[in-house]
Amino acid sequence: MKMVNPEMMSQRTQARQAEGAMTEKAKMSARDVKVFYGDTQAIKGIDLDIMENEVIAFIGPSGCGKSTFLRTLNRMNDTIDGCRVEGQVTLDGRDIYDPSLDVVLLRAQVGMVFQKPNPFPKSIYDNVAYGPKLHGLARGRGDLDDIVESSLRRAGLWEEVKDRLDKPGTGLSGGQQQRLCIARAIAVSPEVILMDEPCSALDPIATAKVEELIDELSNQYSIAIVTHSMQQAARVSDRTAYFHLGELIEVNNTEKVFTQPDHDLTEAYITGRFG
Amino acid sequence: MTASQLFFTRHPVLPGFTLSFGLSVLFIGLVILLPLSALFLYTSDLGWQEYWSIVSNPRVVATYRITLAAAFWASLINAALGLLLAWVLVRYRFPGRRLMDSLVDLPFALPTAVAGITLSTLFASNGWLGQGFDWFGIKIAYAFPGIVIAMSFTSLPFVVRAVQPVLEDLGPEYEEAAHTLGATQGQAFRHVVLPHLRPALLTGTALAFIRSLGEFGAVIFIAGNLPFETEITSLMIFVRLQEYDYPAATAIASVVLLASLVLLFGVQWLQGRYLTRLRGG
Repeated sequence: MKMVNPEMMSQRTQARQAEGAMTEKAKMSARDVKVFYGDTQAIKGIDLDIMENEVIAFIGPSGCGKSTFLRTLNRMNDTIDGCRVEGQVTLDGRDIYDPSLDVVLLRAQVGMVFQKPNPFPKSIYDNVAYGPKLHGLARGRGDLDDIVESSLRRAGLWEEVKDRLDKPGTGLSGGQQQRLCIARAIAVSPEVILMDEPCSALDPIATAKVEELIDELSNQYSIAIVTHSMQQAARVSDRTAYFHLGELIEVNNTEKVFTQPDHDLTEAYITGRFG
Repeated sequence: MTASQLFFTRHPVLPGFTLSFGLSVLFIGLVILLPLSALFLYTSDLGWQEYWSIVSNPRVVATYRITLAAAFWASLINAALGLLLAWVLVRYRFPGRRLMDSLVDLPFALPTAVAGITLSTLFASNGWLGQGFDWFGIKIAYAFPGIVIAMSFTSLPFVVRAVQPVLEDLGPEYEEAAHTLGATQGQAFRHVVLPHLRPALLTGTALAFIRSLGEFGAVIFIAGNLPFETEITSLMIFVRLQEYDYPAATAIASVVLLASLVLLFGVQWLQGRYLTRLRGG
Protein backbone atom coordinates (compact mmCIF):
# COMPACT_ATOMS: atom_id res chain seq x y z
CA MET A 1 0.00 0.00 0.00
CA LYS A 2 1.44 3.31 -1.08
CA MET A 3 1.22 6.03 1.51
CA VAL A 4 -0.39 9.24 0.41
CA ASN A 5 1.82 12.26 0.06
CA PRO A 6 0.75 14.58 2.89
CA GLU A 7 2.10 17.73 1.23
CA MET A 8 -0.23 17.30 -1.72
CA MET A 9 -3.26 17.28 0.53
CA SER A 10 -2.32 20.16 2.69
CA GLN A 11 -1.73 22.21 -0.44
CA ARG A 12 -5.22 21.42 -1.67
CA THR A 13 -6.94 22.32 1.57
CA GLN A 14 -4.77 25.40 2.09
CA ALA A 15 -5.49 26.62 -1.43
CA ARG A 16 -9.18 26.16 -0.98
CA GLN A 17 -9.20 27.89 2.37
CA ALA A 18 -7.29 30.81 0.86
CA GLU A 19 -9.88 31.06 -1.92
CA GLY A 20 -12.53 31.28 0.74
CA ALA A 21 -14.30 28.41 -0.98
CA MET A 22 -14.88 26.59 2.26
CA THR A 23 -17.21 27.90 4.88
CA GLU A 24 -18.00 26.52 8.27
CA LYS A 25 -21.72 26.22 7.66
CA ALA A 26 -23.29 22.78 7.65
CA LYS A 27 -25.32 22.07 4.50
CA MET A 28 -26.62 18.72 5.64
CA SER A 29 -26.63 17.22 9.11
CA ALA A 30 -27.24 13.66 10.16
CA ARG A 31 -28.14 13.01 13.79
CA ASP A 32 -28.23 9.50 15.24
CA VAL A 33 -29.09 7.97 11.87
CA LYS A 34 -29.87 4.26 11.95
CA VAL A 35 -30.75 2.14 8.93
CA PHE A 36 -32.36 -1.28 9.08
CA TYR A 37 -32.83 -3.82 6.30
CA GLY A 38 -35.55 -6.00 7.75
CA ASP A 39 -34.07 -7.18 11.05
CA THR A 40 -30.43 -6.40 10.31
CA GLN A 41 -29.08 -3.03 11.26
CA ALA A 42 -26.80 -1.64 8.56
CA ILE A 43 -26.10 1.77 10.14
CA LYS A 44 -25.74 2.13 13.89
CA GLY A 45 -26.35 5.72 14.86
CA ILE A 46 -24.29 8.15 12.81
CA ASP A 47 -23.77 11.87 13.48
CA LEU A 48 -22.16 13.72 10.62
CA ASP A 49 -22.28 17.17 9.03
CA ILE A 50 -21.63 17.95 5.40
CA MET A 51 -20.35 21.52 5.12
CA GLU A 52 -21.14 23.98 2.39
CA ASN A 53 -18.82 23.67 -0.61
CA GLU A 54 -16.76 20.90 0.84
CA VAL A 55 -15.81 17.55 -0.61
CA ILE A 56 -16.20 14.85 1.99
CA ALA A 57 -15.01 11.33 1.27
CA PHE A 58 -16.57 8.23 2.84
CA ILE A 59 -14.10 5.39 3.10
CA GLY A 60 -14.13 1.99 4.77
CA PRO A 61 -14.09 -1.72 4.02
CA SER A 62 -16.85 -3.30 1.92
CA GLY A 63 -20.13 -3.60 3.77
CA CYS A 64 -19.22 -0.87 6.25
CA GLY A 65 -22.38 1.06 5.43
CA LYS A 66 -20.84 4.01 3.62
CA SER A 67 -23.03 3.61 0.53
CA THR A 68 -26.10 2.96 2.65
CA PHE A 69 -25.43 6.13 4.61
CA LEU A 70 -24.91 8.10 1.40
CA ARG A 71 -28.27 6.92 0.15
CA THR A 72 -30.05 8.15 3.28
CA LEU A 73 -29.03 11.68 2.30
CA ASN A 74 -31.41 11.82 -0.69
CA ARG A 75 -33.81 9.14 0.52
CA MET A 76 -32.81 6.63 -2.14
CA ASN A 77 -33.30 3.92 0.48
CA ASP A 78 -37.04 4.64 0.21
CA THR A 79 -37.08 2.61 -2.99
CA ILE A 80 -35.83 -0.52 -1.22
CA ASP A 81 -38.46 -2.77 0.31
CA GLY A 82 -38.00 -3.48 4.01
CA CYS A 83 -35.56 -0.63 4.54
CA ARG A 84 -36.21 1.62 7.53
CA VAL A 85 -34.41 4.81 8.51
CA GLU A 86 -34.38 6.26 12.03
CA GLY A 87 -32.87 9.47 13.34
CA GLN A 88 -32.78 12.85 11.68
CA VAL A 89 -31.26 14.18 8.47
CA THR A 90 -31.58 17.86 7.71
CA LEU A 91 -30.87 19.92 4.62
CA ASP A 92 -30.48 23.63 5.43
CA GLY A 93 -32.06 22.87 8.78
CA ARG A 94 -35.13 21.16 7.35
CA ASP A 95 -35.85 17.52 8.18
CA ILE A 96 -35.77 15.59 4.89
CA TYR A 97 -37.74 12.67 6.37
CA ASP A 98 -40.62 14.98 7.26
CA PRO A 99 -43.74 13.34 5.74
CA SER A 100 -44.87 16.69 4.31
CA LEU A 101 -41.63 17.08 2.34
CA ASP A 102 -41.75 16.46 -1.42
CA VAL A 103 -39.17 13.75 -2.16
CA VAL A 104 -39.00 14.78 -5.81
CA LEU A 105 -37.91 18.29 -4.84
CA LEU A 106 -35.47 16.94 -2.26
CA ARG A 107 -33.81 14.80 -4.91
CA ALA A 108 -33.50 17.82 -7.17
CA GLN A 109 -31.54 19.52 -4.38
CA VAL A 110 -29.47 16.46 -3.58
CA GLY A 111 -28.29 14.92 -6.86
CA MET A 112 -26.60 11.58 -7.30
CA VAL A 113 -23.98 9.96 -9.52
CA PHE A 114 -23.76 6.19 -9.58
CA GLN A 115 -21.01 3.58 -9.61
CA LYS A 116 -21.49 2.43 -13.18
CA PRO A 117 -22.05 5.11 -15.81
CA ASN A 118 -25.75 4.77 -16.58
CA PRO A 119 -26.80 7.13 -19.36
CA PHE A 120 -30.39 6.68 -20.48
CA PRO A 121 -31.04 5.19 -23.91
CA LYS A 122 -31.63 8.69 -25.24
CA SER A 123 -29.59 11.28 -27.08
CA ILE A 124 -26.85 13.18 -25.24
CA TYR A 125 -29.09 16.25 -25.29
CA ASP A 126 -32.10 14.40 -23.90
CA ASN A 127 -30.01 12.78 -21.18
CA VAL A 128 -29.08 16.20 -19.81
CA ALA A 129 -32.50 17.72 -20.51
CA TYR A 130 -34.35 14.88 -18.75
CA GLY A 131 -34.29 16.33 -15.23
CA PRO A 132 -34.98 19.95 -16.20
CA LYS A 133 -37.94 18.79 -18.31
CA LEU A 134 -39.44 16.77 -15.45
CA HIS A 135 -39.04 19.69 -13.07
CA GLY A 136 -40.28 22.21 -15.61
CA LEU A 137 -37.10 24.26 -15.18
CA ALA A 138 -36.99 25.55 -18.73
CA ARG A 139 -39.36 27.98 -20.38
CA GLY A 140 -39.16 26.94 -24.01
CA ARG A 141 -36.55 25.29 -26.14
CA GLY A 142 -33.99 28.07 -26.01
CA ASP A 143 -33.95 27.95 -22.23
CA LEU A 144 -33.48 24.20 -22.30
CA ASP A 145 -30.64 24.54 -24.81
CA ASP A 146 -28.92 26.92 -22.40
CA ILE A 147 -29.30 24.55 -19.45
CA VAL A 148 -27.97 21.63 -21.49
CA GLU A 149 -25.00 23.63 -22.73
CA SER A 150 -24.04 25.06 -19.36
CA SER A 151 -24.40 21.67 -17.65
CA LEU A 152 -22.24 19.99 -20.26
CA ARG A 153 -19.70 22.82 -19.99
CA ARG A 154 -19.53 22.50 -16.23
CA ALA A 155 -19.08 18.74 -16.61
CA GLY A 156 -16.20 19.45 -19.02
CA LEU A 157 -17.89 17.55 -21.78
CA TRP A 158 -19.21 20.30 -24.03
CA GLU A 159 -16.23 20.52 -26.38
CA GLU A 160 -16.26 16.76 -26.91
CA VAL A 161 -19.96 16.37 -27.66
CA LYS A 162 -21.25 19.71 -28.96
CA ASP A 163 -21.35 18.41 -32.55
CA ARG A 164 -23.25 15.25 -31.73
CA LEU A 165 -25.84 16.19 -29.14
CA ASP A 166 -28.44 14.16 -31.03
CA LYS A 167 -26.35 10.98 -30.86
CA PRO A 168 -27.18 8.44 -28.12
CA GLY A 169 -25.40 8.87 -24.80
CA THR A 170 -24.72 5.15 -24.75
CA GLY A 171 -22.31 5.60 -27.67
CA LEU A 172 -19.80 7.62 -25.60
CA SER A 173 -16.73 6.17 -23.89
CA GLY A 174 -17.03 5.08 -20.24
CA GLY A 175 -15.42 8.24 -18.88
CA GLN A 176 -17.51 10.48 -21.12
CA GLN A 177 -20.63 8.59 -20.07
CA GLN A 178 -19.83 9.22 -16.42
CA ARG A 179 -19.26 12.93 -17.06
CA LEU A 180 -22.56 12.93 -18.97
CA CYS A 181 -24.20 11.48 -15.85
CA ILE A 182 -22.62 14.27 -13.81
CA ALA A 183 -23.91 16.84 -16.32
CA ARG A 184 -27.32 15.22 -16.06
CA ALA A 185 -27.20 15.54 -12.27
CA ILE A 186 -26.12 19.19 -12.25
CA ALA A 187 -28.72 20.14 -14.86
CA VAL A 188 -31.40 20.25 -12.17
CA SER A 189 -29.24 22.71 -10.14
CA PRO A 190 -28.69 20.64 -7.02
CA GLU A 191 -26.95 21.99 -3.94
CA VAL A 192 -25.42 18.70 -2.83
CA ILE A 193 -24.06 15.98 -5.11
CA LEU A 194 -23.70 12.43 -3.84
CA MET A 195 -21.26 10.21 -5.68
CA ASP A 196 -21.23 6.47 -5.10
CA GLU A 197 -17.81 5.25 -6.24
CA PRO A 198 -18.06 7.28 -9.44
CA CYS A 199 -14.70 6.16 -10.81
CA SER A 200 -14.71 2.47 -9.97
CA ALA A 201 -15.62 1.50 -13.54
CA LEU A 202 -13.24 3.97 -15.22
CA ASP A 203 -9.65 3.78 -16.46
CA PRO A 204 -6.97 6.00 -14.84
CA ILE A 205 -7.19 8.78 -17.44
CA ALA A 206 -10.97 9.00 -17.24
CA THR A 207 -10.67 8.86 -13.45
CA ALA A 208 -8.25 11.81 -13.47
CA LYS A 209 -10.73 13.84 -15.54
CA VAL A 210 -13.62 13.08 -13.21
CA GLU A 211 -11.47 13.98 -10.19
CA GLU A 212 -10.52 17.27 -11.80
CA LEU A 213 -14.20 17.88 -12.36
CA ILE A 214 -15.03 17.12 -8.72
CA ASP A 215 -12.45 19.69 -7.71
CA GLU A 216 -14.05 22.34 -9.93
CA LEU A 217 -17.59 21.48 -8.88
CA SER A 218 -16.69 21.82 -5.21
CA ASN A 219 -16.69 25.60 -5.68
CA GLN A 220 -20.44 25.51 -6.16
CA TYR A 221 -21.68 22.33 -4.58
CA SER A 222 -21.24 20.24 -1.46
CA ILE A 223 -20.01 16.85 -2.57
CA ALA A 224 -20.08 13.57 -0.66
CA ILE A 225 -18.13 10.82 -2.39
CA VAL A 226 -17.93 7.15 -1.48
CA THR A 227 -14.68 5.66 -2.66
CA HIS A 228 -12.69 2.47 -2.38
CA SER A 229 -9.50 4.22 -3.41
CA MET A 230 -7.71 5.93 -0.55
CA GLN A 231 -5.54 7.82 -2.98
CA GLN A 232 -8.68 9.20 -4.53
CA ALA A 233 -10.06 10.23 -1.15
CA ALA A 234 -6.76 11.96 -0.44
CA ARG A 235 -6.68 13.70 -3.82
CA VAL A 236 -10.21 15.05 -3.96
CA SER A 237 -11.55 15.52 -0.45
CA ASP A 238 -11.30 18.17 2.25
CA ARG A 239 -12.51 15.85 4.96
CA THR A 240 -12.61 12.09 5.21
CA ALA A 241 -15.03 9.95 7.18
CA TYR A 242 -14.03 6.40 8.05
CA PHE A 243 -16.86 3.88 8.39
CA HIS A 244 -16.55 0.47 9.98
CA LEU A 245 -19.36 -2.12 10.39
CA GLY A 246 -22.10 0.46 10.22
CA GLU A 247 -20.42 2.93 12.54
CA LEU A 248 -18.66 6.19 11.87
CA ILE A 249 -15.27 5.65 13.46
CA GLU A 250 -13.77 9.04 12.78
CA VAL A 251 -14.14 12.09 10.61
CA ASN A 252 -11.49 14.73 10.25
CA ASN A 253 -9.46 16.76 7.81
CA THR A 254 -8.30 14.40 5.09
CA GLU A 255 -4.70 15.21 5.80
CA LYS A 256 -5.09 14.32 9.46
CA VAL A 257 -6.99 11.08 8.78
CA PHE A 258 -4.29 9.83 6.45
CA THR A 259 -1.28 10.91 8.50
CA GLN A 260 -2.32 10.78 12.15
CA PRO A 261 -5.62 8.95 12.46
CA ASP A 262 -7.17 9.14 15.91
CA HIS A 263 -8.44 5.61 15.86
CA ASP A 264 -6.61 2.28 15.57
CA LEU A 265 -9.21 0.91 13.14
CA THR A 266 -8.68 3.82 10.79
CA GLU A 267 -4.95 3.35 10.91
CA ALA A 268 -5.32 -0.37 10.26
CA TYR A 269 -7.46 0.39 7.20
CA ILE A 270 -5.31 3.11 5.67
CA THR A 271 -2.15 1.10 6.14
CA GLY A 272 -3.81 -1.78 4.34
CA ARG A 273 -4.14 -4.27 7.17
CA PHE A 274 -7.67 -4.98 6.03
CA GLY A 275 -9.57 -3.88 3.01
CA MET B 1 -4.73 -8.17 -42.31
CA THR B 2 -8.32 -7.52 -41.39
CA ALA B 3 -10.00 -9.04 -38.37
CA SER B 4 -11.98 -11.50 -40.44
CA GLN B 5 -8.88 -12.75 -42.24
CA LEU B 6 -7.17 -13.21 -38.89
CA PHE B 7 -10.10 -15.23 -37.67
CA PHE B 8 -9.63 -17.89 -40.33
CA THR B 9 -5.92 -18.37 -39.59
CA ARG B 10 -6.38 -18.69 -35.84
CA HIS B 11 -6.25 -22.18 -34.36
CA PRO B 12 -9.73 -23.03 -33.11
CA VAL B 13 -10.56 -25.09 -30.03
CA LEU B 14 -12.61 -27.53 -32.08
CA PRO B 15 -10.35 -29.46 -34.45
CA GLY B 16 -10.48 -28.55 -38.08
CA PHE B 17 -12.31 -25.56 -39.44
CA THR B 18 -13.23 -27.49 -42.59
CA LEU B 19 -14.84 -30.31 -40.66
CA SER B 20 -16.79 -28.23 -38.13
CA PHE B 21 -17.87 -25.68 -40.70
CA GLY B 22 -18.82 -28.41 -43.17
CA LEU B 23 -20.93 -30.22 -40.60
CA SER B 24 -22.70 -27.03 -39.60
CA VAL B 25 -23.53 -26.24 -43.20
CA LEU B 26 -24.70 -29.80 -43.81
CA PHE B 27 -26.93 -29.67 -40.77
CA ILE B 28 -28.43 -26.31 -41.67
CA GLY B 29 -28.94 -27.68 -45.17
CA LEU B 30 -30.71 -30.82 -44.01
CA VAL B 31 -32.83 -29.13 -41.40
CA ILE B 32 -33.82 -26.00 -43.23
CA LEU B 33 -32.98 -25.89 -46.89
CA LEU B 34 -34.04 -29.40 -47.88
CA PRO B 35 -37.68 -29.12 -46.76
CA LEU B 36 -37.74 -25.55 -48.04
CA SER B 37 -36.67 -26.51 -51.52
CA ALA B 38 -38.98 -29.52 -51.54
CA LEU B 39 -41.82 -27.19 -50.69
CA PHE B 40 -41.05 -24.88 -53.56
CA LEU B 41 -40.48 -27.84 -55.87
CA TYR B 42 -43.96 -29.15 -55.12
CA THR B 43 -45.45 -25.73 -55.58
CA SER B 44 -43.65 -25.23 -58.86
CA ASP B 45 -45.76 -28.06 -60.34
CA LEU B 46 -48.58 -25.56 -60.30
CA GLY B 47 -48.90 -22.82 -62.85
CA TRP B 48 -49.15 -19.22 -61.59
CA GLN B 49 -52.84 -19.13 -62.28
CA GLU B 50 -53.52 -22.34 -60.40
CA TYR B 51 -51.29 -21.27 -57.56
CA TRP B 52 -53.05 -17.96 -57.28
CA SER B 53 -56.53 -19.47 -57.33
CA ILE B 54 -55.55 -21.86 -54.52
CA VAL B 55 -54.00 -19.25 -52.26
CA SER B 56 -56.71 -16.65 -52.93
CA ASN B 57 -59.63 -19.02 -52.42
CA PRO B 58 -62.10 -17.19 -50.13
CA ARG B 59 -62.01 -19.92 -47.49
CA VAL B 60 -58.21 -19.79 -47.47
CA VAL B 61 -58.16 -15.99 -47.34
CA ALA B 62 -60.50 -16.16 -44.35
CA THR B 63 -57.94 -18.37 -42.59
CA TYR B 64 -55.20 -15.76 -43.22
CA ARG B 65 -57.36 -13.11 -41.67
CA ILE B 66 -58.24 -15.23 -38.64
CA THR B 67 -54.67 -16.43 -38.15
CA LEU B 68 -53.20 -12.93 -38.43
CA ALA B 69 -55.77 -11.41 -36.11
CA ALA B 70 -55.41 -14.15 -33.51
CA ALA B 71 -51.61 -14.05 -33.71
CA PHE B 72 -51.71 -10.28 -33.33
CA TRP B 73 -53.80 -10.40 -30.16
CA ALA B 74 -51.81 -13.34 -28.82
CA SER B 75 -48.50 -11.56 -29.26
CA LEU B 76 -49.90 -8.39 -27.73
CA ILE B 77 -51.00 -10.36 -24.67
CA ASN B 78 -47.61 -12.05 -24.61
CA ALA B 79 -45.74 -8.77 -24.80
CA ALA B 80 -47.50 -7.58 -21.64
CA LEU B 81 -47.54 -10.90 -19.78
CA GLY B 82 -44.02 -11.85 -20.85
CA LEU B 83 -42.62 -8.51 -19.72
CA LEU B 84 -44.37 -8.88 -16.38
CA LEU B 85 -43.11 -12.44 -15.91
CA ALA B 86 -39.55 -11.50 -16.82
CA TRP B 87 -39.74 -8.54 -14.45
CA VAL B 88 -40.94 -10.70 -11.56
CA LEU B 89 -38.30 -13.36 -12.23
CA VAL B 90 -35.43 -10.85 -12.43
CA ARG B 91 -36.34 -8.27 -9.84
CA TYR B 92 -37.75 -10.35 -7.00
CA ARG B 93 -36.34 -13.15 -4.89
CA PHE B 94 -39.04 -15.45 -3.58
CA PRO B 95 -39.36 -19.14 -2.74
CA GLY B 96 -40.18 -21.10 -5.87
CA ARG B 97 -38.53 -18.59 -8.18
CA ARG B 98 -36.30 -21.21 -9.82
CA LEU B 99 -39.32 -23.48 -10.32
CA MET B 100 -41.30 -20.64 -11.87
CA ASP B 101 -38.33 -19.81 -14.05
CA SER B 102 -38.17 -23.34 -15.42
CA LEU B 103 -41.95 -23.54 -15.82
CA VAL B 104 -41.75 -20.69 -18.31
CA ASP B 105 -40.28 -23.15 -20.79
CA LEU B 106 -43.09 -25.64 -20.28
CA PRO B 107 -45.01 -24.54 -23.39
CA PHE B 108 -41.89 -25.44 -25.42
CA ALA B 109 -41.47 -28.81 -23.73
CA LEU B 110 -45.13 -29.79 -23.68
CA PRO B 111 -46.51 -31.40 -26.84
CA THR B 112 -48.72 -28.69 -28.30
CA ALA B 113 -51.56 -31.20 -28.66
CA VAL B 114 -51.51 -31.74 -24.91
CA ALA B 115 -51.70 -27.99 -24.39
CA GLY B 116 -54.58 -27.81 -26.84
CA ILE B 117 -56.58 -30.57 -25.16
CA THR B 118 -55.96 -29.14 -21.69
CA LEU B 119 -56.93 -25.63 -22.72
CA SER B 120 -60.07 -26.74 -24.52
CA THR B 121 -61.14 -28.80 -21.49
CA LEU B 122 -60.55 -25.82 -19.22
CA PHE B 123 -62.29 -23.28 -21.41
CA ALA B 124 -65.15 -25.39 -22.80
CA SER B 125 -68.50 -24.00 -21.70
CA ASN B 126 -68.70 -26.76 -19.07
CA GLY B 127 -65.01 -26.57 -18.11
CA TRP B 128 -63.57 -25.03 -14.92
CA LEU B 129 -62.83 -21.65 -16.40
CA GLY B 130 -65.23 -21.80 -19.33
CA GLN B 131 -68.21 -22.04 -16.96
CA GLY B 132 -67.50 -18.64 -15.49
CA PHE B 133 -67.13 -16.97 -18.86
CA ASP B 134 -70.17 -18.81 -20.15
CA TRP B 135 -72.20 -17.27 -17.34
CA PHE B 136 -71.32 -13.84 -18.75
CA GLY B 137 -72.19 -15.08 -22.20
CA ILE B 138 -68.57 -15.17 -23.39
CA LYS B 139 -67.63 -18.19 -25.41
CA ILE B 140 -63.92 -18.99 -25.40
CA ALA B 141 -63.35 -22.56 -26.53
CA TYR B 142 -64.54 -23.27 -30.08
CA ALA B 143 -64.48 -19.53 -30.77
CA PHE B 144 -61.93 -16.84 -31.68
CA PRO B 145 -60.74 -16.12 -28.08
CA GLY B 146 -59.83 -19.80 -27.78
CA ILE B 147 -57.41 -19.48 -30.70
CA VAL B 148 -55.83 -16.41 -29.10
CA ILE B 149 -55.39 -18.21 -25.78
CA ALA B 150 -53.88 -21.30 -27.39
CA MET B 151 -51.47 -19.17 -29.42
CA SER B 152 -50.39 -17.05 -26.48
CA PHE B 153 -49.86 -20.16 -24.36
CA THR B 154 -47.47 -21.77 -26.81
CA SER B 155 -45.46 -18.65 -27.61
CA LEU B 156 -45.11 -16.98 -24.20
CA PRO B 157 -41.52 -18.21 -23.58
CA PHE B 158 -40.23 -16.20 -26.57
CA VAL B 159 -40.98 -12.88 -24.90
CA VAL B 160 -39.82 -13.91 -21.43
CA ARG B 161 -36.56 -15.39 -22.65
CA ALA B 162 -35.82 -12.40 -24.89
CA VAL B 163 -36.47 -9.78 -22.22
CA GLN B 164 -35.02 -11.57 -19.18
CA PRO B 165 -31.27 -11.26 -19.95
CA VAL B 166 -31.58 -7.59 -20.90
CA LEU B 167 -33.46 -6.86 -17.71
CA GLU B 168 -30.81 -8.71 -15.70
CA ASP B 169 -28.14 -6.49 -17.25
CA LEU B 170 -30.10 -3.33 -16.68
CA GLY B 171 -29.98 -3.29 -12.89
CA PRO B 172 -32.04 -0.99 -10.68
CA GLU B 173 -29.58 1.93 -10.83
CA TYR B 174 -31.10 3.20 -14.09
CA GLU B 175 -34.46 3.68 -12.42
CA GLU B 176 -32.70 5.14 -9.39
CA ALA B 177 -30.95 7.64 -11.63
CA ALA B 178 -34.32 8.62 -13.06
CA HIS B 179 -35.70 8.98 -9.52
CA THR B 180 -32.81 11.25 -8.54
CA LEU B 181 -33.77 13.49 -11.47
CA GLY B 182 -37.35 13.73 -10.30
CA ALA B 183 -39.09 10.88 -12.09
CA THR B 184 -41.98 9.06 -10.46
CA GLN B 185 -42.08 5.25 -10.56
CA GLY B 186 -44.25 5.29 -13.67
CA GLN B 187 -42.08 7.85 -15.45
CA ALA B 188 -38.90 5.93 -14.63
CA PHE B 189 -40.45 2.84 -16.15
CA ARG B 190 -41.76 4.54 -19.26
CA HIS B 191 -38.78 6.80 -19.94
CA VAL B 192 -35.87 4.62 -18.91
CA VAL B 193 -36.71 0.93 -18.45
CA LEU B 194 -39.00 0.46 -21.42
CA PRO B 195 -36.70 2.10 -24.00
CA HIS B 196 -33.90 -0.19 -22.79
CA LEU B 197 -36.08 -3.24 -23.22
CA ARG B 198 -37.65 -2.16 -26.49
CA PRO B 199 -35.38 -4.10 -28.90
CA ALA B 200 -35.61 -7.31 -26.85
CA LEU B 201 -39.34 -6.88 -26.32
CA LEU B 202 -39.81 -6.27 -30.03
CA THR B 203 -37.79 -9.33 -31.01
CA GLY B 204 -39.55 -11.55 -28.48
CA THR B 205 -42.98 -10.34 -29.50
CA ALA B 206 -42.21 -10.72 -33.18
CA LEU B 207 -40.91 -14.25 -32.64
CA ALA B 208 -44.05 -15.04 -30.66
CA PHE B 209 -46.11 -13.62 -33.53
CA ILE B 210 -44.28 -15.70 -36.12
CA ARG B 211 -44.63 -18.81 -33.97
CA SER B 212 -48.34 -18.13 -33.52
CA LEU B 213 -48.85 -17.86 -37.27
CA GLY B 214 -47.69 -21.44 -37.64
CA GLU B 215 -49.24 -22.91 -34.48
CA PHE B 216 -51.23 -26.04 -35.23
CA GLY B 217 -51.48 -28.59 -32.43
CA ALA B 218 -52.66 -26.36 -29.63
CA VAL B 219 -55.13 -24.43 -31.76
CA ILE B 220 -57.03 -27.18 -33.57
CA PHE B 221 -58.35 -28.68 -30.33
CA ILE B 222 -59.74 -25.44 -29.02
CA ALA B 223 -60.68 -23.59 -32.20
CA GLY B 224 -63.71 -25.56 -33.30
CA ASN B 225 -62.41 -25.22 -36.86
CA LEU B 226 -65.46 -23.74 -38.52
CA PRO B 227 -64.64 -22.63 -42.07
CA PHE B 228 -64.68 -18.81 -42.37
CA GLU B 229 -64.93 -18.45 -38.59
CA THR B 230 -62.36 -20.34 -36.56
CA GLU B 231 -60.27 -22.08 -39.15
CA ILE B 232 -56.57 -21.18 -39.14
CA THR B 233 -54.13 -21.41 -42.03
CA SER B 234 -52.11 -24.34 -40.70
CA LEU B 235 -55.31 -26.32 -40.34
CA MET B 236 -56.20 -25.36 -43.92
CA ILE B 237 -52.93 -26.98 -45.02
CA PHE B 238 -53.87 -30.11 -43.10
CA VAL B 239 -57.34 -30.17 -44.61
CA ARG B 240 -55.90 -30.01 -48.12
CA LEU B 241 -53.48 -32.81 -47.23
CA GLN B 242 -56.36 -34.99 -46.07
CA GLU B 243 -58.01 -34.38 -49.41
CA TYR B 244 -54.78 -35.69 -51.00
CA ASP B 245 -54.40 -32.31 -52.68
CA TYR B 246 -50.64 -32.04 -52.07
CA PRO B 247 -49.95 -29.14 -54.47
CA ALA B 248 -52.67 -27.04 -52.81
CA ALA B 249 -51.33 -27.89 -49.35
CA THR B 250 -47.81 -26.87 -50.33
CA ALA B 251 -49.06 -23.73 -52.06
CA ILE B 252 -50.73 -22.54 -48.86
CA ALA B 253 -47.73 -23.64 -46.83
CA SER B 254 -45.47 -21.56 -49.07
CA VAL B 255 -47.51 -18.47 -48.25
CA VAL B 256 -47.08 -19.08 -44.51
CA LEU B 257 -43.39 -19.75 -45.01
CA LEU B 258 -42.85 -16.60 -47.04
CA ALA B 259 -44.68 -14.49 -44.48
CA SER B 260 -42.61 -15.98 -41.65
CA LEU B 261 -39.32 -15.42 -43.48
CA VAL B 262 -40.15 -11.83 -44.37
CA LEU B 263 -41.13 -11.14 -40.76
CA LEU B 264 -38.01 -12.85 -39.42
CA PHE B 265 -35.66 -10.83 -41.62
CA GLY B 266 -37.66 -7.70 -40.92
CA VAL B 267 -37.16 -8.17 -37.19
CA GLN B 268 -33.44 -8.82 -37.62
CA TRP B 269 -33.08 -5.69 -39.70
CA LEU B 270 -34.97 -3.52 -37.23
CA GLN B 271 -32.97 -4.85 -34.32
CA GLY B 272 -29.66 -4.35 -36.11
CA ARG B 273 -30.58 -0.78 -36.91
CA TYR B 274 -31.60 -0.06 -33.36
CA LEU B 275 -28.39 -1.50 -31.93
CA THR B 276 -26.10 0.45 -34.26
CA ARG B 277 -28.00 3.59 -33.33
CA LEU B 278 -27.53 2.87 -29.61
CA ARG B 279 -23.81 2.34 -30.10
CA GLY B 280 -23.58 5.74 -31.67
CA GLY B 281 -23.29 4.64 -35.32
